[in-house]
Amino acid sequence: MPHIHFEGKSHPCQDDESVLDCLTRHGVAIPSSCRSGVCQTCLMRAVEGQVPEAAQQGLKETLRTQNYFLACACKPKGDLGVARPDVMASARTQVTVLAKEILDGNIIRLRLGCPLPLDYRPGQFLHLHRADGLVRSYSIASLPQSEEPLELHVRHLAGGRMSGWINNTLQVGDTLEVSQPAGQCFYLPGQPEQGLLLIGTGSGLAPLWGIARDALAQGHTGPIHLYHGSHGPDGLYLVQELRALARRYPNFHYTPCVSGLDVPEGYATGRAEDIAFSQLPKLAGWRVFLCGHPGMVAKARKKAFLSGASMKDIYADPFVLAPDAAQSAA
Amino acid sequence: MTASLYEKLGGAAAVDAAVDIFYRKVLSDDHINAFFEGVDMDKQAAKQKAFLTFAFGGPHNYTGKDMRTAHAHLVQRGLNDTHFNAVAGHLKTTLEELNVPADLIAQVLAIAESTRNDVLGR
Repeated sequence: MPHIHFEGKSHPCQDDESVLDCLTRHGVAIPSSCRSGVCQTCLMRAVEGQVPEAAQQGLKETLRTQNYFLACACKPKGDLGVARPDVMASARTQVTVLAKEILDGNIIRLRLGCPLPLDYRPGQFLHLHRADGLVRSYSIASLPQSEEPLELHVRHLAGGRMSGWINNTLQVGDTLEVSQPAGQCFYLPGQPEQGLLLIGTGSGLAPLWGIARDALAQGHTGPIHLYHGSHGPDGLYLVQELRALARRYPNFHYTPCVSGLDVPEGYATGRAEDIAFSQLPKLAGWRVFLCGHPGMVAKARKKAFLSGASMKDIYADPFVLAPDAAQSAA
Repeated sequence: MTASLYEKLGGAAAVDAAVDIFYRKVLSDDHINAFFEGVDMDKQAAKQKAFLTFAFGGPHNYTGKDMRTAHAHLVQRGLNDTHFNAVAGHLKTTLEELNVPADLIAQVLAIAESTRNDVLGR
């Protein structure tokens, strides 16, 4: 009889019993609704053991590869260690600041050294912990398979407690702690000929910079279109690096977009998402990544879907500001 | 034993094939899409999937009470027969686009129709 390991306890699972039924029978409350593998309310994550294929039917590819599964559709053949989906592994890693660089657009590029290689995919995010308990989330812009140190882009916000401290006080050689990386917004190999559309605003470029380079490094052959938007040209960053990347890879296309009045030569006029959808009106079969301002992400997600992209192929990462920075920004 | 409606339609794969087409039609229809303003698209797509699975005669845990509760706030905002008809119409054209035989479409629409009074809170 297989056993389900959950939050430090082991529960025997009967023949033909689902993980959901087994946990429920043992008094563990797991949210569920349709109980037929459809609504995805009972999403869980396997931390050890083999998940039957049927338990991952209909899930996003990025969820499958991270061993997420539906508890109601999972009848385990062997022992299975499971966790709630929202629990980010509590283990923290100490990192050392290797470099701190001020880029355009009030962006601080932090390069962090880890004693052990961190298991992550470019585009995922992690929590950055300051010694006094202040925590903020940042997306990962570096590639794990290269020798690159961990790279985060921190937008220096007026009134932002963490970003202000990083800007003014944090020094090379200081140590910080980071959580285990999490999030579903990243590139997966397979279907290398598929078109990729990446739209970002502000520091939403961080995950997209990671995802685009990850796709290219993994031999993606289909067109990759990256649109980065800001109100003014001074809000954009890594412009030269991205132009250089576009010269190096014929299938990579980069469009910096400026929605304000003064648009210099070499920049598109308008909001990044509007320009993207006018240039790429048909997205059936495309994979779409949307990162940054929550309003942009919500609008672009709907537009991408209505333009033909499948829901399963739309990866969205809205950046929600912490209250301190949001107040100052308002 | 004869195959069930769900099996004849192609099971979970058929639901997967239909859900994007169906949801896209619903969101593109100006007569009904105001009811979907501001909802989380991933959660909504999952609900559409649950509904299609039910309408396809598949495994479900669907009750009239759930349907009633889930749509009560929309009924307050004016959800009526014309909106229900529009959604049913999108279900029909979705299945036609997927080349589902007419007799199976009729069975799916009959199951969908059985939810009308619960959806509209009558």
